[in-house]
Amino acid sequence: MSSLSVAKIQEDFPILKREVNGKRLVYLDSASSSQTPTSVLDAMNNCYQNTYANVHRGVYTIAEETTSAFEGARLAISRFIGASSPSEVVFTRNATEAVNLVAQTWGRTNLKPGDAIVLTQMEHHANIVPWQMLAAELDLELRWIPITPDYQLDLTNLESLLAGAKLLAFSSMSNVLGTINDVPALVAAAHNAGALALVDACQSVPNLPTNVVTDNSDFMVFSAHKMLGPSGVGALWARAELLEAMPPFLGGGEMIRDVTLEGFTTNEIPWKFEAGTPAIVEVIGWGAAVDYLEKIGLAAVREHEAELTAYALDALADRFGKKLTIYGPLDIEQRGSAVSFLFEDIHAHDISQVVDEEAVCVRAGHHCAKPLMRVLGVPATTRASFYIYNDTRDIDILVDALVRAEKFFGV
Amino acid sequence: MSGLEDLYREIILDHYRAPRNRGTLSVPPAHQVEGFNPLCGDEVVLYLDINDGAITDITTAGQGCSISQASTSMMSNAVKGKSVEESRKIIRAFKALMSVHESHLQGAENGPTEGPVPDDVRLGDLEALQGVVKFPVRIKCATLAWNTLIQGLDETSGGS
Repeated sequence: MSSLSVAKIQEDFPILKREVNGKRLVYLDSASSSQTPTSVLDAMNNCYQNTYANVHRGVYTIAEETTSAFEGARLAISRFIGASSPSEVVFTRNATEAVNLVAQTWGRTNLKPGDAIVLTQMEHHANIVPWQMLAAELDLELRWIPITPDYQLDLTNLESLLAGAKLLAFSSMSNVLGTINDVPALVAAAHNAGALALVDACQSVPNLPTNVVTDNSDFMVFSAHKMLGPSGVGALWARAELLEAMPPFLGGGEMIRDVTLEGFTTNEIPWKFEAGTPAIVEVIGWGAAVDYLEKIGLAAVREHEAELTAYALDALADRFGKKLTIYGPLDIEQRGSAVSFLFEDIHAHDISQVVDEEAVCVRAGHHCAKPLMRVLGVPATTRASFYIYNDTRDIDILVDALVRAEKFFGV
Repeated sequence: MSGLEDLYREIILDHYRAPRNRGTLSVPPAHQVEGFNPLCGDEVVLYLDINDGAITDITTAGQGCSISQASTSMMSNAVKGKSVEESRKIIRAFKALMSVHESHLQGAENGPTEGPVPDDVRLGDLEALQGVVKFPVRIKCATLAWNTLIQGLDETSGGS
């Protein structure tokens, strides 16, 4: 079994002591948002109770302390993803805003009518709609990499799809299928075609070791709340020379070097893109989340999740056989921990409702990836996803809860 | 009775497993109207034959969770053969059954079907759906077919 001491980890998450319907909470929706350990809550609480002040403004002691904690978190997060400099990490509200930032700044200045952007059919809405909005505004062409019957990207026509394109934007790990995409290979294909590459790494940064330098991508977006951090903050990583060349996104305080009645000049990166007071305490909490994950080690996180996912796939197949269809690769090497499935004719919403009686939290619906659901030909799936605080006991409870749903709806 | 059995009453599961009035009607003369619940992807399609101020026929299509599909089935039974005016009274009564919580969720909906809650409408089997009120996120599933019917009646009869 894995080197992770799950029982000890569970102690760090106060919410896991909670009961729902008189039963221990079984949280299987970390692909949507993860739970928060005490160390992150303490870091945020400590800021509010002992040092809180605005950042980059005051010269008094607590302002210095908060600024130092805030920029310290940026440094920790930048190291966590292997960035060469913290100035390449721009804080946003979430990963969605980070994609919009690239679309509205890099996109508007570098794309012209008729230019093409290549996306994949497994993207979630955050990496689709910002490009559709830009495409409508600038009259761009959107091209789509299809998926194969075994839930991988179909790269047969990749070269022709990329021919003449300006950007390839793709997910490193599907939030629905769990599919892990080969980031360095896709980035290299984009670069060979003269396109830049944007990686939506929301699902992979929490679960796999990440290195933006060896990935060699141009932009990467990710968010705190899927990696033990608080909601309300995400980030764009981009190569410094790209950030330097991009115009600012939102205007306001912090992003300026000087303002006169006639105009303004922009601040240095990354602050050029951080107009207004940022999510100070959340960023500090995110830094603590990164510390927590680094203590465990991402290799151990990945190993634990691979074991749990294998256990879950086996348990579901053993118990339900052909009644249950998994939407995603069955090879553990090719997938993360998000397990989407259809259970006979029982709608995902009904499954989610019944298993909630057993305090099991699973996601039901389209997972913010409606185009993919249309490709799969299903209106909704149920998705269980696992993280460091889950164990095989949780999966056994899920399977038992599904048996109850099966009896209830009489399939 | 557990909360779950309150939600999934036997009559609801019966309509879910064996939905009434499933199928399509030729358009035209029938009127087709679609409703979606973006939360879970529920989809309701109604085909309405409206003649001389009455719903002479109604069939349903679409897909979704047990609550949305059972509610669609029960709704089609409740209004089939009724006058448009009577149907609107049934809609008002049904929405009153659901309304307190729905108005919290998405704001009260105004329209020709708003009005005093009729006290002379007997909802019968439809009252089984009252258990949904305890599960606020599912109220939209239960009201989807009804909102779609309102839209269909408005489009065909101009609120008559």
